[in-house]
Amino acid sequence: MIGGGATAAGMGHIVTMDDTPAQFALSSYSQSLWSQLAPELPSNVEYAQCGTIWVATDEEEMCEVHRKLDYYLSRGSSAEVLDSEALAAAEPNLRRPLAGGLLVRSDAVLYPPCAAAYLLQEALRHNTKTIFDTAVSAANGRVQLKSGGTIHADIIINATGALSPALSPGLQVKKRKGHLIITDRYPGYVRHQLVELGYLKSAHSVATDSVAFNVQPRATGQILIGSSRQYGAEDSGVDQGILAAMIARAALYMPSLPSLSALRVWTGFRAATPDKLPLIGPTEDRTMFLATGHEGLGITTSLATARLLADHLLNRPSAIPLAPYLPTRFSRPAIEMAHA
Amino acid sequence: MAAATRAAEAGQQVGLVDDNPRIGGQIWRSPRGSSSLDTSHGEEASKWRQRLMQTSVEQLQGWSIFAQPAPGQLLAESQECDSFAEALELSFDRLILATGARERFLPFPGWTLPNVMGVGGLQAMLKGGLPIAGKRIVIAGSGPLLLAVAATLKKAGGEVLHICEQAPLRQIAPFALSLLADPGKLAQGIGYRLATLGVPFSINCWPVEALGDTAIRSVVLSNNGRRQEIACDYIACGFHLVPNTELASLLGCRIENDAVVVDDFQRTTVRDIFCAGEPTGIGGLEISLLEGEISGLTAAGKISDAESLLKRRRSMQRFSDRLFRAFRLRDELRKLSQPGTLVCRCEDVPFSALQHQPSWRAAKLHTRCGMGPCQGRVCGAAASFLFGFEEHSVRPPVLPARIASLGSAAVLPLLEITDKQEIP
Repeated sequence: MIGGGATAAGMGHIVTMDDTPAQFALSSYSQSLWSQLAPELPSNVEYAQCGTIWVATDEEEMCEVHRKLDYYLSRGSSAEVLDSEALAAAEPNLRRPLAGGLLVRSDAVLYPPCAAAYLLQEALRHNTKTIFDTAVSAANGRVQLKSGGTIHADIIINATGALSPALSPGLQVKKRKGHLIITDRYPGYVRHQLVELGYLKSAHSVATDSVAFNVQPRATGQILIGSSRQYGAEDSGVDQGILAAMIARAALYMPSLPSLSALRVWTGFRAATPDKLPLIGPTEDRTMFLATGHEGLGITTSLATARLLADHLLNRPSAIPLAPYLPTRFSRPAIEMAHA
Repeated sequence: MAAATRAAEAGQQVGLVDDNPRIGGQIWRSPRGSSSLDTSHGEEASKWRQRLMQTSVEQLQGWSIFAQPAPGQLLAESQECDSFAEALELSFDRLILATGARERFLPFPGWTLPNVMGVGGLQAMLKGGLPIAGKRIVIAGSGPLLLAVAATLKKAGGEVLHICEQAPLRQIAPFALSLLADPGKLAQGIGYRLATLGVPFSINCWPVEALGDTAIRSVVLSNNGRRQEIACDYIACGFHLVPNTELASLLGCRIENDAVVVDDFQRTTVRDIFCAGEPTGIGGLEISLLEGEISGLTAAGKISDAESLLKRRRSMQRFSDRLFRAFRLRDELRKLSQPGTLVCRCEDVPFSALQHQPSWRAAKLHTRCGMGPCQGRVCGAAASFLFGFEEHSVRPPVLPARIASLGSAAVLPLLEITDKQEIP
């Protein structure tokens, strides 16, 4: 089903991330592609440029706000610092006082399943043929289907997210489980995507399970509440311990949040790579290409990923270098990464 | 009640969790302001309550189970509007589910107008204190509930104008004849009909449109091929019943044909979880009681006592099967909606948005049908009838629950691991 995997499970936050220069380049490029596409998107995609506020709780995190600001500005992106009062005015339901935050106005949210359906519809308009089936293997120009059929192709792109190692054995992609909660409708309760600055620390620690405050206003007035990250959890069931920790974390930032009514809790699997960068481009098998390993930035970076891959396949110049995302970086240990 | 009573009488320690504030379920629970059970559907109610009261069953009234944090554990939340009440964590060795049934609603133009109600819904509101005296009411849909509720409404002073059963005579007749062999049910049926004497009763008759601006003013019926408009204050609509299988499904019990799969002893496919009554297939009060007894006895280890009830249950099962056949919904009901008729009221999803969806999951994802506060309890059954969708996955919580309850901190120690920093 189109948009039925991680696309359905994720938040749909179009966010510029500055973990590494390569991550920033890809996410900000992709964000600009989304914003160009926005006027074309049907209303059910619910694209809304609500902006992100990175929330700082103390002076130490305010230093991070300023570092982040400089980073954005030096790369031609815009962002603005909110002091304690401005933050409280922007988001009245946050705990007071908090130290402040960084507002990135260009960040947006959308409803991923409908965005995926729209993109497919566009592809169909360009004579793409769709086959609804499961690929059981793909190599050397052949894709074996679960139903028994075989497809022959010069170019095969493995874009199966957390499941991609099943088709490309040895791929350095691991499942990283996440939980989300969605509430009933509370219009205006949250106005921007709110993310704790501690997110950087917690979300990017590779070894341990973690939770972080991350809430999103939906067009419906509903609130999406995240987030959690777990390695090694293969079971898609809700983990009560993680859920409780996630809620407790959110309550530290939004004290009245626990009194709201929740409609659903679900989980999904991000496709995580060891260096937090996706795998985009050719492999040693001349027919196999990758577009996977985007972890939590799959929706954000989808358009740029497609553009980079298409540029590569068509031998066109690309807007940003493909090199940092090439899958070969893991098979050739000698290569020194620009962002490392 | 029957399951709890039987298990407790057999010496088990029993807790009864009921999401209604008053015991007795949809049919027996007492009207607002009254302490005695509703005995308008028979004296069994008082008998069972008395029997229950003589046991040591611990009752939790007005609590809803919404999640299973771990096997053998359940979380329940109070239905009181006190947002600071804590969720309760319940643990069990054996669990009997008796989650009952709900009405099936089918969309037709105007069905979302105020005062278009469910049949059981209007009855429940009457119990809740809705003044009905002198109100003009049309009752339409399918199933034995139509007559039973008509009798209740009439007794309360409502002016029941018409009762419309969608099923054709060839479906109803065998069912009606079979009642001759079941004096109890026959007497009950005759009783309801006597109580509604003077009210026109039509088969082959169903609502096609509700008219009105701020509330229903009149209903248009298709009555044996004729279009008939009746001015009214309320229309009560219910197209038979749908088993409430959500909790069973959340707990991992297998669901087939919209009902919880159980063996002769009411055992589900999950060890130590039993299910009794309507969730295992719509059969009405008597068989539900008997299944309650069987499950209570089995859960208490009284297998031979349970066994002695199986024969009676089997004959009742035949009644359920006849019920199912008698009130099967006709194809015309699939064609009532206009493109703009809402199917999902929570998310405002019209018929036209669902028509071409390939599956229930696709419909949910791409239109958000069934994703609102009722979690598909209303539109799910309608959509599966209208579009033939199957597969109803359930995510926690089974009912909307306060976020605080969801995060009930059975497992607080984990916080120490994950939350290294505290906000000053």
